[in-house]
Amino acid sequence: MGRMTNPTPRPQTMAEKILSRRGTHTVYAGDLAVVEVDQVMVVDSIAQSFIQRMQQDLGATPKYPERVSIVIDHVAPASTVSVAQAQKEAREYAAQTGVRLFDVGRGICHQVLMEEGLARPGWIVLGSDSHSTTYGAVAAFGSGMGATDIALAAASGKTWLKVPDSVKVTFSGDLRPGVTAKDVALEMIRRLGADGATYQSIEMHAGDRFTRGERMTLANLCVEAGAKAGLVVPGGEILTAYGYDIPEWVYPDAGATYVQSIEIDLAALNPRMSAPSEVDNVFDVAQLREELRDQHVDQVFIGTCTNGRIEDLHAAADVLRGRRVAPGTRLLVIPASSQVMEDAMADGTLLTLQRAGAVLGTPGCGPCMGRHQGVLAPGEVCVSTSNRNFIGRMGDKDARIYLASPAVAAATAVMGRVALPEDVLTQGEVA
Amino acid sequence: MARIWKFGDSVNTDDILPGKFAPFMAGEDVFQTFAFHYIRPEFAAEVRPGDVLIGGRNWGLGSSREYAPQALKKLQVGGIVAPSFARIHYRNLLNLGIPAFEYDLTGLLEDGAEVSLDVPTGVLTHAGGTVQLPPPPEFLREALAEGSILAFFKKHGRFPGEPA
Repeated sequence: MGRMTNPTPRPQTMAEKILSRRGTHTVYAGDLAVVEVDQVMVVDSIAQSFIQRMQQDLGATPKYPERVSIVIDHVAPASTVSVAQAQKEAREYAAQTGVRLFDVGRGICHQVLMEEGLARPGWIVLGSDSHSTTYGAVAAFGSGMGATDIALAAASGKTWLKVPDSVKVTFSGDLRPGVTAKDVALEMIRRLGADGATYQSIEMHAGDRFTRGERMTLANLCVEAGAKAGLVVPGGEILTAYGYDIPEWVYPDAGATYVQSIEIDLAALNPRMSAPSEVDNVFDVAQLREELRDQHVDQVFIGTCTNGRIEDLHAAADVLRGRRVAPGTRLLVIPASSQVMEDAMADGTLLTLQRAGAVLGTPGCGPCMGRHQGVLAPGEVCVSTSNRNFIGRMGDKDARIYLASPAVAAATAVMGRVALPEDVLTQGEVA
Repeated sequence: MARIWKFGDSVNTDDILPGKFAPFMAGEDVFQTFAFHYIRPEFAAEVRPGDVLIGGRNWGLGSSREYAPQALKKLQVGGIVAPSFARIHYRNLLNLGIPAFEYDLTGLLEDGAEVSLDVPTGVLTHAGGTVQLPPPPEFLREALAEGSILAFFKKHGRFPGEPA
């Protein structure tokens, strides 16, 4: 440490502090800020647009190649010749310009950047993917932008944004067994609504609760309430993992101004599920289990930037150990990265899942946005640990998607209908 | 005259352009023909240059995919009017030069209504009179004066409002 805190005339939120420190002067909500960008992330889906903006529209090369990463994850490995061509161009661009490339199988962009130390406390990280709010897990101001904004950031090393108002979310109590960070995030979205934090930063005060992976789930889903960023105040595992790399100035000031404050009592929370076809359409799993007791579930998908981490696979394996996926139900498991896959291989988790009847996929986004590796047919029902249940999101427009935690997804796979982990665990091992 | 295409609340980016029809999958030349493929399949074939899209709150929630508004631009949509926009999508619209106005017309105009929209003044004329739409935020006008944010940056080497 040893760094002087920046004296400011009035208390600031985390977003205001980071944007002040990475900009040219002290800013508050509503101000415009031009700030330094520490990392720019480009995914395969928009790589061609990005390259076109850089080369044709701007006539520019990346100002700091070491601050730009291209990740091939949204359709990986390539499913068609046109996708293969786009990915080939991305590889060639990376080779020419010296930007980082994470190729097929390395994993989902947000997971990879976090594992590689390319999102750190106090940094500003922009990604060409809306779930770039994920970086807020480690107190980085992460935000999603489109190809034009991403190209401008790569060309200039900066970006241009309005300092957001902040919503303060305070967690109290402790989660009961079987309730997870996914349930907390869905509850937060239910309370705020899908546009409840539009243009705003969600600042989460969690004390020492939640692992880095769980904090990633919380920050990841903030965009589903419309947020520009989702920042978790450093604590617990983050202090251990990042230590002196956490700048003193990243913490919010006491007395900072919030447009809204909500409190979530974790001890009172039950497993949550988001029903079709909006993410804020959130219910108790117990209620949906009752309403959908005669509804066969065709596919269960465990993975994505929201819930494809090692703790998620562990939660699924704990439910599936010694059991089998129900007849007529497909269980797809796609680890979020090659590191997650390796860890899950080493500790036997993948073997447990494979024996239970899971289909394992290459680390990447999988069928989350309906492009490959398990899209849905008309009328099919899917319980997914992903982040969007919009019409047509994972395949046909008449398929229905329910979003839930890995534990609920695994229980559903065993029962072949919406289920809670306790429904399975009380039955004992059958195999 | 332009035609009004009326949508409801929470039109998301998968509604505007489903992910599987992204240009790198469907093809750069044809992806726009899948605009609103699931929720208004006739849209891409019937929309005429200058037509105006109106919707309810939170237009454009979801993905950062710039190719969703790019599809509307290729179809020469004349503007989008909604009481509120999701932020990434709003930036994308303005970055591509698609006029976006924060205003609720859904109570006033029906689908198929004939209108004319004068973008520079924000005046929309319909059978029953005129509506003054709010101008874009002040901080964007400097960029729009050069045509687009890309054009502004290319010319000045900085962002609007940033000291030279």
